[in-house]
Order: sequence, then structure tokens, then C-alpha cells
Amino acid sequence: MDPPRRAPRTIIDPVPKFRQVGFFAPGAPPERSQSGPPDPTHSSPPIPNTSAASLSPVMIPPPRHLSDNLIIHARPSVASPRRAESINVGGSNCDAPVSPAPSSSYSSRFAVGGDRSFFDGKGNNVGKVVASSFPRGGFDLTAMKVNANVVVPASELTTVSVVNDSLGIPEKEKANKGGGSAGEVKDHPNSKQQKPKPTKAERRALQEAQRAAKAAAKGEGNKASGPTTSVNAKPAKAVKPAQKVDNTAVAASEKKGGDCPPEKDRKKDAPQPRMQYDDQSRVEKAKRRSVVKQTEARNRVELFRHLPQYEHGSQLPDLEAKFFDLYPVHPAVYKVGLQYLSGDISGGNDRCIAMLQAFQEAIKDYKVPPEKSLGRDLTAKISSYVSFLIECRPLSISMGNAIRFIKSQIAKLPLTLSESEAKTSLQSDIERFISEKIILANKVIVKHAVTKIRDGDVLLTYGSSLAVEMILLHAHELGKQFRVVIVDSRPKLRGQHLLRRLVEKGLNCTYTHINAVSYIMHEVTRVFLGAASVLSNGTVYSRVGTASVAMVAHASRVPVIVCCEAYKFHERVQLDSICSNELGDPDVISNVPGREDVKYLDGWANIENLQLLNLIYDAMPSDYVSMIVTDYGMVPPTSVPVIVREYGREQVWI
Amino acid sequence: MPDVHSLVNDFVNQLKKRKIEGSQATAKQAAELLRSVISQQRVPQTNQATALINAVRAVGEKLIAANPVELAVGNIVRRVLHIIREEDLSLATAAIAGLELSPGSDDEDDVERDDYPVLSAAAVAAAARSTLRPPSLQTLLEDTPISAANPHTSSSGGDSEGKSRSVDKSSRGRKLKHDVIEAVNELIQDISTCYEQIAEQAVEHIHQNEVILTLGSSKTVLEFLCAAKEKKRSFKVFVAEGAPRYQGHLLAKELASRGLQTTVITDSAVFAMISRVNMVIVGAHAVMANGGIIAPVGLNMVALAAERHAVPFVVLAGSHKLCPLYPHNPEVLLNELRSPSELLDFGEFSDCMDSASGGGSLHVVNPTFDYVPPKLVSLFITDTGGHNPSYMYRLIADYYSADDLVVKRRPATGS
Repeated sequence: MDPPRRAPRTIIDPVPKFRQVGFFAPGAPPERSQSGPPDPTHSSPPIPNTSAASLSPVMIPPPRHLSDNLIIHARPSVASPRRAESINVGGSNCDAPVSPAPSSSYSSRFAVGGDRSFFDGKGNNVGKVVASSFPRGGFDLTAMKVNANVVVPASELTTVSVVNDSLGIPEKEKANKGGGSAGEVKDHPNSKQQKPKPTKAERRALQEAQRAAKAAAKGEGNKASGPTTSVNAKPAKAVKPAQKVDNTAVAASEKKGGDCPPEKDRKKDAPQPRMQYDDQSRVEKAKRRSVVKQTEARNRVELFRHLPQYEHGSQLPDLEAKFFDLYPVHPAVYKVGLQYLSGDISGGNDRCIAMLQAFQEAIKDYKVPPEKSLGRDLTAKISSYVSFLIECRPLSISMGNAIRFIKSQIAKLPLTLSESEAKTSLQSDIERFISEKIILANKVIVKHAVTKIRDGDVLLTYGSSLAVEMILLHAHELGKQFRVVIVDSRPKLRGQHLLRRLVEKGLNCTYTHINAVSYIMHEVTRVFLGAASVLSNGTVYSRVGTASVAMVAHASRVPVIVCCEAYKFHERVQLDSICSNELGDPDVISNVPGREDVKYLDGWANIENLQLLNLIYDAMPSDYVSMIVTDYGMVPPTSVPVIVREYGREQVWI
Repeated sequence: MPDVHSLVNDFVNQLKKRKIEGSQATAKQAAELLRSVISQQRVPQTNQATALINAVRAVGEKLIAANPVELAVGNIVRRVLHIIREEDLSLATAAIAGLELSPGSDDEDDVERDDYPVLSAAAVAAAARSTLRPPSLQTLLEDTPISAANPHTSSSGGDSEGKSRSVDKSSRGRKLKHDVIEAVNELIQDISTCYEQIAEQAVEHIHQNEVILTLGSSKTVLEFLCAAKEKKRSFKVFVAEGAPRYQGHLLAKELASRGLQTTVITDSAVFAMISRVNMVIVGAHAVMANGGIIAPVGLNMVALAAERHAVPFVVLAGSHKLCPLYPHNPEVLLNELRSPSELLDFGEFSDCMDSASGGGSLHVVNPTFDYVPPKLVSLFITDTGGHNPSYMYRLIADYYSADDLVVKRRPATGS
């Protein structure tokens, strides 16, 4: 962000493996990593559990080591009792035996459910399944971590859990995995060398994070208690666990080599400037390539020349007609594109999952053309799919992140892998992304956020956010007495769907429209909002109107809690809602469904000087946000860049 | 007489059923109604002003009770009362001026003013002057202390009767009523032309290439913007549609047809767009004495957004919207909840109501007004010019007399 911080990073270019952010005991010795008893299989330093449980309110531990540790914990048979004890000092009982998987599992259902059944328009079952799985100990490991005030990367945990839970894995594979972590072992001396002497920049980053963490800790309170039932009751995944183990190991060892990207790569990682639609030549070029025929809207809004403003409604029938003669685009992708275009799939998570599943299909049917390498050709293929999807509807930031993940996975595929192996590996990677980055992340968010709901609360939410819905339903299931205020706005009126689902579940709801938000805010005690993305300056990019709601809440001194999965975080920064946004169909503004008396704007397109603007997103300044609940814990908006930096690189993506 | 009664009842019914839209129309009708009440009121020989005041009050009370949220009615009632008092006073001063020419006949006055024996007529004149004209240094100097002057003004209705009796009774009775009706006519005239007077000031506030945001629809705003347009200013307007009434659509269409660059946005996009806006211009439902406004729902949000981005928030209000009351908990007390059907289709959600017996309940809140506190308002533009919110109380004091703030009849005044 600021120059002094960035510059030194180039100096310590081999970025230490072991980047620590958060609180450490004043006396926590840097050689803590060496203090662990030498273990032939796991020489990784013990998780900072001991120190964490005793003092650190929020801690962002380095993912890899944590995962290693969890392997230790979760496998009582392997871990020596002495060791388990030593780790357990903090009182957190991570070493509970692996419990048999509960019958209903999110991911397995997901696999069965096929296309978009999971997060489908009703989204009803989603909430139910997830919520109902909690009492049986859904993902207690992470939750427990939270209770001990430690923020844990859910992704790592769950990877491990997948491995662990597949109890049927023969010993041989475990050994295999051991090899995987052994690969890491090799690396540790390296990290140890750097560890004791943090550079100035490191210290500075540490301080900054501490400051942020303190704020988060304040919100967290002290909920050090919390019984846990099992470690990661996440059930086994049906899909080839052996394969996955293999991959992670390989991928991990590969990562080791190129872990510290040189400066050039870093620059490349900076977000590309977006396409500006007022740039004539580029637009022309893009048009020639495009599959979807777009016609420029007639009454374009001058202020938004830089965004695509096309006629809506004309492309869909055109594309539908071409369904069978479009060979370059895979049918699954094509279908998803059509669904985007028609608005059948909307909502950040739904769109992302639909896209990932389509890519999964496409990869399944993919054949490497002769004399071409899989890595290059498949990347190009995916890129062409993506540009098709963009033509249907501009990508959301979360989708951009997911695509980046896929591409990095493809790039990481070892050349030695055969085509079919590579394909299955990619498919399972995508599967894992969906289940861990989206589904499990939501569960963790629910677990965190539900602690912020007290009896007698009046909770306000805006529009319809999956995470918020799950939180409300879970809190209701826990028997908390609260009331929900749903604020909605035209033209999408997604709040009505949410209202219906909540009322059916027996919650007390109040429904109103966004103009009345200042009226209703006087009785509200907390505001829960979803987000399409959180940018690294803390700006929350979300459904249009969210910023207004947060602003009114801020003015009425009501805390605003934003619930957002970490895969939606992005390193881009944005100050207003104009520079980058998405424009919806202007026609939906002119007609008000259910109100026959409002027909003033019929035929607006023929009125000169009149434009209709249908913004989709807006950017909420970070000072309206009291807290962001994410899968890494509850953090203040100032910590977003830290999370993006620590987890935003490939290592997050497992 | 029955004629007036039926008129009053009609108007009360319309108010109760919320048939009259807009405070301007309401104000105008109320003023016309009161005019006919006054003209039909039989004036006794004595205490004419009191009789008129009581008659207006009786009707005003009914009207205000019919729709307490429509503050314009109360404003008009108070203004008519004020007019009666003023006219009466000016007649009194005229009478006194006549008395001063023939000083022999004011023995009655001396009886009444035992406490101020020295200055009988002069004191009345001074008091009258101080209420009718802005205070000048001269009046301040020659005047008795204010504490002494006040009782004169308040009781002027009463003691002027005494004098009038001595001057010429029959002609004055007719004259008072005539003057009052004249003044009420002027008031009605004012109400219907307040647009023009406000719009005249448009050029002073809107410059070339300005971007203006407004929410909902207000005739005042429309005229204001069009007046600037006619003066060859070219600027852009963002119109938030103003759910759930969507009057913004209407305004946008009108503006576009008059050649203004107009963009309709949803209410939720106000915050997104306000950073590119130079000025927010809105109409109000009523302006309270503390400078806060009662405005169509959603404007508080707009005002907050404008404050965040330091965009001037300008309120246009005709003088009939100036209300002499100070608001208390206006979000609730000066508000009205409209039908839920504007937000939710009952048919669609009737099954939810069914399942509601299982525990869940569904409320729909659809308020009509928002209260915008004075600190969020940058400027008021009324037909008398631009004013700060903190000045509104003084402006309002010009239009109303302190006795009328409570319209409800006190038991004592009837005598």
C-alpha cells in the first residue's frame, strides 16, 4: 500500500516461509520453531498454539505449518501422546478423535446435486442443510480455533480433514502424504535461518497487523470457552482422495521451489487495468472477437461511457438459437453464460459456483490437441470461455479470483502427469475450491457471526445475502430471540425471496424499502450485510444500496457487520462507485411490477435527453464498517490488505 | 351558514381520506375555505376580531384534527388568525391616529389604562408600530420597555374594540371583515405564485454544467430547474425515483421533455452517484421552526449522503410550508404509514401469513415522511429568498403571532 512498506520487500526477496502476523508473547522466543521435539515424520514447528491460546487474540498463522500440525493432531495414531499433550497446553482440544462423518454433507450433496442445485435460486435447502449440520459438529475445529481467539485458515484445515476422514485410505497413502510433508521439512532450515532476524519491514508489518488485530480482538471479546465435539466432522469426499493427496504433495513441493516470486512476477500480479469501453479501438477489437452480438444502447449515460452499455434482451434469443453450432465454447459453459444473461443465476456465490462447475465439465471433456501442451492450451481455452462469460455478464470479483485459481492450478501441474491424471487433478482442485472457499467458508462465517447475535436484538439486513441468511437461520435454530428487518430495493427485490424463506422458517420479520431505512434504523441494534467483494483499502463492494444502508446505520450509531468469504477479497482499490461498476438493464427501472399506476416512463427510449441508469454495485467506504466477518475470523476493514497479502497469493488456494 | 358547514365537512373528509395531494393544494383549499368561513361569519357589533378569530379557530381545529400530519393546514389556519389580528391592529392604529387629531374623546381609554396614565394613545401607537414594522432605532428609543409593550399587543384585539365603538361602529365592522378577506386573498395569491418567486432565484444558484440530484417529485423543484434552463443554463439532473410512489419518473419525464439532460436512478444508487453531484435540490413537505424538514421518505438518506460528500443540500419551500412548531420525535409523531400493498403483493405473501401461526410474523413498514435535521440542510430557498436553517425560527415569527401556536381554543378566550 504505502511505499515504505513495499520497497523493503524486494530486499528480503526470498520471502521467509514463516511470516508471522499477529500477537506474540513478549517472551515468545523466535526459536519456538525449534522447540518442538524432533519428530521424524513431522519436524514442522508446532503451531503457535501454546502462545496463541495464552495470549494472542487474533492470529493469522502461516498456513502451511498449521496444516502440518493438524495432520499431527488429527491423527492420534501417528502423533505421539507426549506431543499431543505438549501442544495442548493452551487448553484447546484439537486432538479430539476424528468423529465419524455426519450423514448429510455439504460437499457430497453438492457433488450429487449437479448443476446449481445447491445454491440455486431458492437457496432454501442450503441454509437448512448447513444450519442443521451444525449441532452435530460441523466444523468445530475452526470454530474452536475461533474460540481460542485464533484465526485459522479454514482452507488448510479442511484439506487435511478430507485426507483424514477418508479413513479407508491405506497406510501406504499416508506414507505418501508423509512424503509430502517431508518435502516441507526440507524447507524449514531455510525458514529458521530467517526467522530470528525479522527485517525492519517485517517488524513494521507485524506492528501494523497487531494494531489491526487489537481492534478485532476488542470485537471478539473473550469467548475462550466452547466445547468442541469433534475435529472436522466434514465427511469424506467421494472423489479420489488418494489422487488428491498426491497432488497436494506434489503441488506443495513445487511451490517450495518457486515460492518467492521475483520482482517481475510480482509486478505481473498487480491487477490488470480493466477494459475501458470509451476506448474506441479496443472496443472494436473486442467486438470482432466476441460471440455475443451486442448493440449499443441508445440513451447511454455519459458518465458511464467507460462501462459497457448495451441493449438488453436482444442477445438471449440470438444465443439460444446458436446453441448447437458454436463449437468453440463448451456447452456447459455456454449454458451458464445464457443463465447469466437471462439472470437465472445471480448472486456472487451462485455465479461463481456455476462457472466453476461448468469449467469442471469442460475440463472433463477436454482433449489435448496433438503437439500442444496441456498447460498452455487449456489455459487458452479457459481464457476463451471466460471472455465468453464476460460478454454475457461482466465477471464479479470473486469469479475473477476463482479463475485466477484455476489458471494457477493449471500452471502448477507437473509435466510428468499424464493427461487424464492432470484432468482429474484439476477437477478435484475445483471441487475443493467450491467446498472449502465457498461452502465451508460460509459455515465458518456463520459460526463467527452468530456470536454477535444476542437475545432481543433487532437485526437489519439488506437485499439477500447467502451468508447473512445462514447466520440468521442458525441463530434462530440456536433459540435466540431476535427480530429481522429486511430492507429491499428496486429493481431486483431480492429481499422478498429472503423474506419468504425466513418467514417460512418462523422468524419474525419486518420488511421495508430502502427509502425508509432511516425510519426503521432507530429500532435496529445490528446491521448484517453481505458483500460482493472487499477491496484492499477496506472498501466494501456490494449490491447497490448497501452503502446507503451502512451510512444510515453509521449515522445512527448502529454497528455494521459485513459478512464476506475471503475468496472475494481483492487487492484492487476503489474510492467511488463510478470508476468501475456494472450496469444492468435500464428497462427494469421504467416498469414497476405490481404497480399498474406507475407507467410514467413507458417508451422512455424515445424521449431525447432521458436516460435510465441501473447500477448494480456500489462501494461502501471502510469507515462505515464496524467489522468484517470472514473465514479467517472477525477483522476490522484495515486488516483486509493483510489478509489479501498473506493469503491472496497462490498459497491460499491450497 | 349550512353552506359553510358542508364545505368544511367536505374538506375534512377529503383530508381524512388523504384525497388531497401536495401541501400546496391543501394550503390553497384551506385558505379558500377559511375565506368563505370569514365571509359568512356574522360579525357582532362588539368584539368583531374575537368573533372572527373564534370562528376560524373552531374550523381550524377540525381541519387540523382531520389530518394532523398535513402541517400546511395548520399553517394556513394560523396565518389567517394572524391576518385577522394584524388587520384589527392596523385598524386600531388608524383609529388612534384619528383620535390623536381629536384628543377630547379618549376618556374611555384612560379608564382602561390606569397603569400607564401618561401615555395612552402614544403607547398604543408605538406598540402597534413595533409589531407592524421592523424595529427601528427610533421606536426602540421612544418606546416603553418591551415588557410593558407586550400586553398591549396581545390584548389589542380587546381594547381596540373599545375605541372603535367610540369612533364609528358600523363602518368599521364591515371594514375589518373586508380587510381580512382582502388579506386572505393575498395569501391565496401568494401560495399559488410562490413557485414563480422561488424559481426566480434559480439562476443565482445553478450555474453552467452543474449536476443536480433530486428525489421524488416536487412542483417547486420542477419550476426551479426549468427556470434555470430557460435562462440558458445547461446542466444535468439525476432523479432518484422515490419509491414507493415513483414520482421521480414523472418529474424525469417532465424535465426531459423540457430539454434538460435527465437521468433516472434507483433510490439505492443515490450514494453511488452523489460523489459526482454538485448540488442536491429537493422540495419539502413542511419546514419546522428549528430548521428541520419533514420531507418525502428517503430524503434523510440523501441528506446524509450529501453531507458525507460535502454536497450542498438545498430545500425549496413556499412560505405556506413554514410551520411554527418545533418537532418532537418527528420520525414517529409526524409520520404516516401507508399501505403495505405498495411494497408487497398480499396475494403473493398470503401463504406466509398462514405459516405465521407457527411463530414467524411479517410486518411491512411503509412510512410516508422522513425528518431531515437542520444540521443536514445547507440552505432554504423560500419565496422571500435564501435562508439558513438557524434563521427559520425568525422567518416564521414574521408570519404567525405567538398566540396562535396552539390553535385549540382555550376556554377563557371565548368570553
